[in-house]
Amino acid sequence: MGEVRVSNVSRRFTKDNDTSTLALDNVSMEVNDGEFVCFIGPSGCGKTTLLRIISGLDKPDKGEVYLDDRVIDAPGPDRGMVFQEYSLFPWKTVIENIIFGPQMSGIKKKEALEDAEKYLELVGLQQFRDSYPYELSGGMKQRVAIARALANEPSVLLMDEPFGALDAQTRNILQQELLEIWEKNNITILFVTHSVDEAVFLADKIVLMSARPGKIKEVIDVGLPRPRDRTSLEANTLRERILRSLVREQKK
Amino acid sequence: MVKKHLQKLSGKSVEIVSICSAIILWQLIAVYVVQNKFYLPSFTDVTFAFVDILSRDAKLDLLGLDYQLPVLLVDLIYSLMHFWIGMLSALAIGIPVGMIMGWFQTIDRIVDPLIEIIRPIPPLAWIPFAIIWIGLNPLAAGFLIFIGAVFPIIINTFTGFKNVSRVYVEAAKVLGCNTDRELIRYVALPYALPSIAAGIRIAMGVGWMCLVAAEMFGVSRNGLGYKIWHHYYLHNMEFVLVYMLLLGFLGLFIDRVLRYYIDGKLLKWRKGVVI
Repeated sequence: MGEVRVSNVSRRFTKDNDTSTLALDNVSMEVNDGEFVCFIGPSGCGKTTLLRIISGLDKPDKGEVYLDDRVIDAPGPDRGMVFQEYSLFPWKTVIENIIFGPQMSGIKKKEALEDAEKYLELVGLQQFRDSYPYELSGGMKQRVAIARALANEPSVLLMDEPFGALDAQTRNILQQELLEIWEKNNITILFVTHSVDEAVFLADKIVLMSARPGKIKEVIDVGLPRPRDRTSLEANTLRERILRSLVREQKK
Repeated sequence: MVKKHLQKLSGKSVEIVSICSAIILWQLIAVYVVQNKFYLPSFTDVTFAFVDILSRDAKLDLLGLDYQLPVLLVDLIYSLMHFWIGMLSALAIGIPVGMIMGWFQTIDRIVDPLIEIIRPIPPLAWIPFAIIWIGLNPLAAGFLIFIGAVFPIIINTFTGFKNVSRVYVEAAKVLGCNTDRELIRYVALPYALPSIAAGIRIAMGVGWMCLVAAEMFGVSRNGLGYKIWHHYYLHNMEFVLVYMLLLGFLGLFIDRVLRYYIDGKLLKWRKGVVI
């Protein structure tokens, strides 16, 4: 199960000399098991902060986050995370990166290796099994990062603009692959992005956030049939609606 | 086979010409300009002295051992012993101290001022205390080498740990690696390894330089550094030069072996990064 409930979460960042910004202001929301939710909003709206709080890397000042009715207070293997920056351990080969999580939870290396092959195949990088990260392209690095996160068999996958640094073509391919992985594995995905196009293509639900203080402005049920067509009329209409809303938000 | 070696040599022709000309120049200056073996022994003097030393024997009298060995070998054994006493203790203390300082900020603030005060004191200034505290024995020589070697190791380990990117630590945390001990062992240490290795290389260089001084105040009757002093008293300057050159070549050799090992074995993941 991967049901995430955010309840009245606030987070304030204080700089050294008393200036503080309210990154999240009393945010509440729910994500159902198996749902694909995209967070979108102007930069500085706290979408990454919210994701980090759900991951346990950051703590809220007020409010709680629950995963299947258990309070989250620290990072854990039940929540995988893919970062925007390339986060593969450069001193480990692809396969060693993937088995890192399982090994940390005490699974024997031999067993972990057998499992890891499965995830390597899932992202289609079998022939790069023993390569080091410096030998991979950006897209391949993020594929491995996804495989590494999945190897812990999390119920929720948190993704913080994972394709932000990739070129448009690679980005489209990876979005497609991510959807296939999501459908095969039945997990909840929370995905932060600044690309409206990406959100409309991927999400069941799009959470539109407003900036300073970060609040949820609107939750949009996408409701487009899958597989989706990026250029269909419905997709375009929805894209326009979100873009307008974002522009209004940025002017404020 | 021979042809292959010759080809390899011809690729290094500039370097070979450079070394040969230096030797010829040295010989000419020594024989025709200086004309005094005491001020500048010539290349041939030094070569003969070297051959002479090779034929001499000495007694290895160490830890109850009693062997008759070539004198050079005995000197080498003593020097390497002094060197490794110092290096190993510098590694054993420097790496953990640097790690803890790099990881825990409070400890850094406690230890750093002390280190910054002690570090600029030249290792040789410790000689009197080395003698008083430890006495005239190989451990005292090791102590001086330790003083020279430990600071580069601490500082490079510290820097390596300080620079661990946050994203690797966070990635490890979300993958279930949570305690300080695990994070140090599985993330910070491998990440800092290139920096630590660079520190060890610097430390080896400094330690090797301290060796001569460490052997000069009479910690043993053998050792490459001791022999420089010994032959100076006898005014055998060509022998002094033999030992000087030996120290140079050995230092170079140690550095090369270390570099080969570090780049080839430890840091495969850092191709193209020169340390």
